[in-house]
Amino acid sequence: MEIPVMVGAGIIVIGVGMGIGRIGGSAMDAIARQPEAYGKIQTAMLIAAALIEGIGFAALFAV
Amino acid sequence: MLALLCSSFALAETKDGAKDGDLKTEIKEYIAHHLQDSYDFSLFSYTNDQGEHVYIGLPLPVILWDNGLKLFSSSKFHHGETVANVDGNYYALYHNKIYKTDAAGTINYDEDHHATNSKPLDLSMTKSVVSMLLVFAIMFFLFKNLAESYAKNGGIASGVGRFFEPIVLYVRDDIARPNIGEKKYKKYMSYLLTIFFFIWFLNILGLTPLGVNVTGNIAVTFGLALLTFLITNLTGTKDYWLHIFDPLGSTMAWYAKVPLYIILIPIEVLGIFVKPFSLLIRLYANMQAGHIVLMSLIGLMFIFKSWLGSPLSFGLAFAISLIEILVALLQAYIFTMLSALYFGFAAEEHEHH
Repeated sequence: MEIPVMVGAGIIVIGVGMGIGRIGGSAMDAIARQPEAYGKIQTAMLIAAALIEGIGFAALFAV
Repeated sequence: MLALLCSSFALAETKDGAKDGDLKTEIKEYIAHHLQDSYDFSLFSYTNDQGEHVYIGLPLPVILWDNGLKLFSSSKFHHGETVANVDGNYYALYHNKIYKTDAAGTINYDEDHHATNSKPLDLSMTKSVVSMLLVFAIMFFLFKNLAESYAKNGGIASGVGRFFEPIVLYVRDDIARPNIGEKKYKKYMSYLLTIFFFIWFLNILGLTPLGVNVTGNIAVTFGLALLTFLITNLTGTKDYWLHIFDPLGSTMAWYAKVPLYIILIPIEVLGIFVKPFSLLIRLYANMQAGHIVLMSLIGLMFIFKSWLGSPLSFGLAFAISLIEILVALLQAYIFTMLSALYFGFAAEEHEHH
């Protein structure tokens, strides 16, 4: 059975959403525990989110 | 801003009061047209009482190399409706590309419905080029003033410089210094500041009703990523290259390294190219997606045929516009941040024990 490309892209986007959601949530936790490290946590969060986001876009462009 | 965008949509829509299916295709075409680069800077168009299309905007110079330099105004194309005659040579616009044709503007096709007419070398000043030149000029005068105001006022910024000074300091203290390191960050500062403000200003310009989509153009982001790629690899230290071709160093015997390196080195070499590639895709896709979402939401106004449609689409488009202002800054930040990170890899020097 062949799975349509769009379904695959949708699954990837769900994964990307969950991944970025987890990064954001964990960053919130970390900031709540150590508010003084806010800047460093935010930077690390944005880098990780940007890297995952790239995969999401790659999936969307494959459609 | 939104009002102008909406009005341009409304005017485009009245072109032919078509049926429902046609309306959706027309909105799709309108969005696709907006995302493309074009040979003129048209703000909006309408059909007058005589049934003629009237375009409000500026024509831009077309520069072609076709057995000699051909320079003419894009107004000769009349937005693709006529064939331009330049000293006996005829050029026509087809799918937003310039083709050489005969006097009638005939386009020949092959089996796959691709045009087979010859394409002259196109060096035109398109909408994107003009927008970039505009941003160059804005940046030049803005930051020249900022630099001069320090000399004039004894080290204190004045005017708009007061707004930009903290941003420049942020790029230095929170992007360059922690990622590249105290010793070497100065060398990269000029590039980092330039791409940060260049991308940010172009992103913001893309949200104005001028309708430019420069950072959502893959050629532009390719150019920016190529610069990062070249600077990373040309300023790479010995340790940077050693990390790629000999990541395990002297901790292992050479015969143990061989089977590992068959896998490791290709991955590391691929990494050199994947890093700038992800930069170019990220910026392009984010800006492109933002424009598509915004335009589609405004397009909803014509699909919902009730009074609810307009406030709904206006509200959504307004909210997305606010998010896009944030994304404009965020993408400039991410591009600069990741560039700085890659420069940091290239500039690192391990302490040898």
